[in-house]
Amino acid sequence: MSIQTFINICYFVAAMLFIIGLKRMSSPATARGGIVWAGVGMVIAVVATVFTPGLENLTWIIAAVVVATALAWYSGKKVAMTDMPQMVALYNGMGGGSAAAIGAVALIAAANGTASHPMTGFYMALALLGSLIGAIAFSGSMIAFAKLQGWMDRRFTFPGQQVFNLLVFAATVAVGVWLFFTSSSLSITLILVFFALAILVGLLMTLPIGGADMPVVISLYNAFTGLAVAFEGFVLQNEAMIIAGMVVGAAGTLLTQLMAKAMNRSIANVLFGSFGTGGGGEAQSIAGAMKAVDASDAAVMIAYAERVVIVPGYGLAVAQAQHKIWELTQQLLKRGVKVRFAIHPVAGRMPGHMNVLLAEAGVPYDLIADMDDINPEFAQTDVSIVIGANDVVNPVAKTDPASPIYGMPILDVDQSKNVIIVKRGKGTGFAGIENALFYKDNAKMLYGDGQEVASKLIAELKALD
Amino acid sequence: MIDGIVALYIFMLAAFTGYEIIGRVPVILHTPLMSGSNFVHGIVVVGAMVALGHATTDLERVIGFLGVVLGAGNAAGGYVVTERMLEMFKSSKPGPKKGGH
Repeated sequence: MSIQTFINICYFVAAMLFIIGLKRMSSPATARGGIVWAGVGMVIAVVATVFTPGLENLTWIIAAVVVATALAWYSGKKVAMTDMPQMVALYNGMGGGSAAAIGAVALIAAANGTASHPMTGFYMALALLGSLIGAIAFSGSMIAFAKLQGWMDRRFTFPGQQVFNLLVFAATVAVGVWLFFTSSSLSITLILVFFALAILVGLLMTLPIGGADMPVVISLYNAFTGLAVAFEGFVLQNEAMIIAGMVVGAAGTLLTQLMAKAMNRSIANVLFGSFGTGGGGEAQSIAGAMKAVDASDAAVMIAYAERVVIVPGYGLAVAQAQHKIWELTQQLLKRGVKVRFAIHPVAGRMPGHMNVLLAEAGVPYDLIADMDDINPEFAQTDVSIVIGANDVVNPVAKTDPASPIYGMPILDVDQSKNVIIVKRGKGTGFAGIENALFYKDNAKMLYGDGQEVASKLIAELKALD
Repeated sequence: MIDGIVALYIFMLAAFTGYEIIGRVPVILHTPLMSGSNFVHGIVVVGAMVALGHATTDLERVIGFLGVVLGAGNAAGGYVVTERMLEMFKSSKPGPKKGGH
């Protein structure tokens, strides 16, 4: 058996382990083991690759793998649970960049006449397509990372942006097509121009997208990277890359659709919707005033309530308040109050983000309800506590066709008898929209950091005994 | 050697596999699964290693090196983040159970 055959068998085993791992990750009972299966597959594939016959620059290869693994491992371990979404964006962007780099090396080798097989037809097409998609996933994910990390203005728009972006994209495709038809005499300069343009497309595409849509965008770029990896895998004749990339490409596309559906938006709407700025017309003005409440009054309200629903949002994650909230919930449960958590499908920065954080704090599954389950119950709820959520409880989504979030399904907290909104200040939500809920008669604002407020409420509850 | 039509078959079957895996997955696992699939496409590091290993000019070496760094970062970071997310599911068994830990 030649070494290459042995390596190919390793790739086969790796591809199988990836699929088994992903399958296990799609069920709560086996999810933890799933990542280990996939991890074993990755180690097998990487170690086997080192022994590829005729591999040069081996010192550099190993140095790059070791240094990058150490850095990414460290950053991944160190980052707070709440910052996970942007880390996924960051690592995903790196994968896209890697796929684009493979395409670039293959194209430049072809231009130099040192390619291992002729770069024509299908090879050339997939090398270019994989590079384009990979480069877009790279720069797009980096912008998504910067936005979620708070390094960047939430939206960046200018007049004629859509036309400008379309022109840049058309130019990129034109250069790509030109490269395809000149594959016998490739110009390295033009190859580099192609990559520069592709990276620019990713930047321009992501800049105008608001933070509320980031989960969908990250998921979309995740699928992009998968496709890019599959296409470059074909260029390199690497079966593990083809299979793993394509599985992720398909899975990621479906996941993106599920997320977009949960937000009642189409993917096209997410990508291009921000240009329209709502359905036209002025947003309806909101009547009424915000009423503040202090912690002791709020504590009395919830202590003597029969049913309480807690609505967590991204603000809870920022304030790291999940543990305190669970402590507060335990206090209420002890008093015989029925408490449930209502999770909007896109609460936080990724679907399931809130579930993960509540699970971290130890909240049992049966207290956590989906939007469809909890919405009919709000009418019988005495107090809803909204912590760090904003757009997902904004009734404007139902009443104001001019609002950018019009049509998005929301949690109907405004129907409960009382609403307490825990909030740091009077600002608008991530989508930058005024929240009509805050001005309702049954709504009271409890200002403060989520964790602080929860501690105060716990102390007040204890004092009531 | 995989020719074009065989590649199309692999693309198709792998795509259906991916689609099947994600179908009917509970919302609670969307984030970990996105992160897990993000890890799986970290296999790109293998391709980048081969690309750097066959690079002959300095430009190719620089881009190939970057590719390996980025790919390894994708794989390692993706693994750690996914593992940490899934770690939290350890104490809770599916199905109704009161009282937390």
